[in-house]
Amino acid sequence: MLPNFAYVRARTVEEALEHLGGEDTRVHAGGTDLLGCLRDRVFAADKVVSLRDVEGLTGIRRAADGGLVLGGLTTLAEVSRSSEVRGLYPGLAQAASAVASPQLRNQGTLAGNLCQRPRCWYFRGEFHCAKKGGAQCYAVGGQNRYHAVLGGGPCYIVHPSDTAPMLLALDAAVRIVGRAGERAIKLAEFFVLPEVELARENVLAPGEIVTEILLPPAPGLYSSYRKVRERGAWDFALASVALALRSIGGRVTQASVVLGGVAPAPWRAEAVERAIVGTTVDEKTARDAAAAAVEGAEPLEWNAYKLPLIRGIVEESLRRFHDYQPS
Amino acid sequence: MIPLTLRVNGRERRVLVEPRQSLLRVLRDELGLTGAKEGCHRGECGSCTVLMDGVPLYACMTLAPEAEGREITTVEGLLDGEALGPVQDAFAEHDAFQCGFCTSGQIVAVEGLLRANPQPSLEEIRTGVSGNLCRCGAYPNIFRAAGRAAELRAGRGGDS
Ligand SMILES: Cc1cc2nc3c(=O)[nH]c(=O)nc-3n(C[C@H](O)[C@H](O)[C@H](O)COP(=O)(O)OP(=O)(O)OC[C@H]3O[C@@H](n4cnc5c(N)ncnc54)[C@H](O)[C@@H]3O)c2cc1C
Ligand code: FES
Ligand code: FES
Repeated sequence: MLPNFAYVRARTVEEALEHLGGEDTRVHAGGTDLLGCLRDRVFAADKVVSLRDVEGLTGIRRAADGGLVLGGLTTLAEVSRSSEVRGLYPGLAQAASAVASPQLRNQGTLAGNLCQRPRCWYFRGEFHCAKKGGAQCYAVGGQNRYHAVLGGGPCYIVHPSDTAPMLLALDAAVRIVGRAGERAIKLAEFFVLPEVELARENVLAPGEIVTEILLPPAPGLYSSYRKVRERGAWDFALASVALALRSIGGRVTQASVVLGGVAPAPWRAEAVERAIVGTTVDEKTARDAAAAAVEGAEPLEWNAYKLPLIRGIVEESLRRFHDYQPS
Repeated sequence: MIPLTLRVNGRERRVLVEPRQSLLRVLRDELGLTGAKEGCHRGECGSCTVLMDGVPLYACMTLAPEAEGREITTVEGLLDGEALGPVQDAFAEHDAFQCGFCTSGQIVAVEGLLRANPQPSLEEIRTGVSGNLCRCGAYPNIFRAAGRAAELRAGRGGDS
């Protein structure tokens, strides 16, 4: 049973912001993560503000610069079906369709996917863990096969979102609106590691709303998203890799490689990027670059399997890029 | 408690509920529509699948007030008058269940799939019901029933 709360449906962003003053006031987009958090008592809610009827938060349109603007409340199903997304940023369509199940994609939104809370079973369970203000991270020395191998400490969650690594690789930005005003920031500045912010996964201040996701123009862009999970549906990533590459004559001129499911925030594999820029990503380059993907990794007791997994999907994704020769 | 007007299976229903109630609980406990089943109540099984404006989603992950103003269809609403509707018929014909607990969710998921895509491939069918677990493992027959349902629906002239 959910805790008791008041429910309001805002009609405008301003109205939503007015309601979002209190500490335990929560934004409801699709609700597919919020309801789970409230049922499991991960955090409290005295008021739930539904964005369902807020005008202008859904839909996908071309930006003046040729990029795309995706309304924060656009469902994942719409993102994965959109002909513009599929045409310009196929990796994003792949990432959106790799989330959860059809029903959850019909209901879950893109902004909600970026703002969802981690799935660590200690965080979701009845543990007063470090992330919830407690003294320790129970994953260290506990059951940690789904936890971070990169960027962890003092908390070892992995960021659960499938669209976040892809959007970061695509150099997307989010538009954030709060009572203090409005700003657009790159996703690279949106997500934060626990060593910077223990209690939250991004820089959103309480009461702020993500209204739009902004994608820069895509000419000459190759993108892909590869996710590995234990079951074919419903499961979060054990590891995933998002690629966004530009090339001339098969030679990579610009590379963005981001890992999901392995770090507390989407994790940029800069060593891989360095290893492939200027090359045609032949077999040996792909293999060497993939080996560099796990540079600096510090597995816990039960999650070292993620290292060969990461190497494998990075190599596979790079080889796929090589085999796909843009005309 | 708040008053809600819900449109369920083409009928307007008024209820007085706490906003924290899931649509699933309201359908089952307030409206007596027990077709949508409660398997997990956490979005992990699909037995509570209903259509909202024709699109399948989990009633257990939907707050009742979020359904206000939407067209809700449960498995009860897929009857063709007194007779079974095409998807229901196809499930019976192909024996697409054992215990039957997941069945209404599967049927509603297939109905939603066929409304969006009247002639799905096997791969599209598999994806279409990938949000519906069957503990009995009736999947092969469920896939066959979905294919048959597409034929039956086409024969009876589309939307039921
Ligand atoms: C069984 C199950 C499996 C899942 N599998 C996956 C998976 O494989 N991959 C994956 O990525 N996700 C998965 N999810 C998580 C989730 O359903 C999706 O990420 C979904 O996209 C969340 O979107 P929503 O609109 O429903 O978010 P909500 O539940 O409405 O919101 C999520 C959080 O973000 C906040 N929020 C929402 N919108 C905004 C906004 N616009 N501005 C500011 N804050 C906001 C809310 O307050 C809440 O804390 C799964 C969930 C379940 C229940
Ligand atoms: S009861 Fe809703 S998905 Fe299991
Ligand atoms: S028929 Fe028993 S769960 Fe599907």
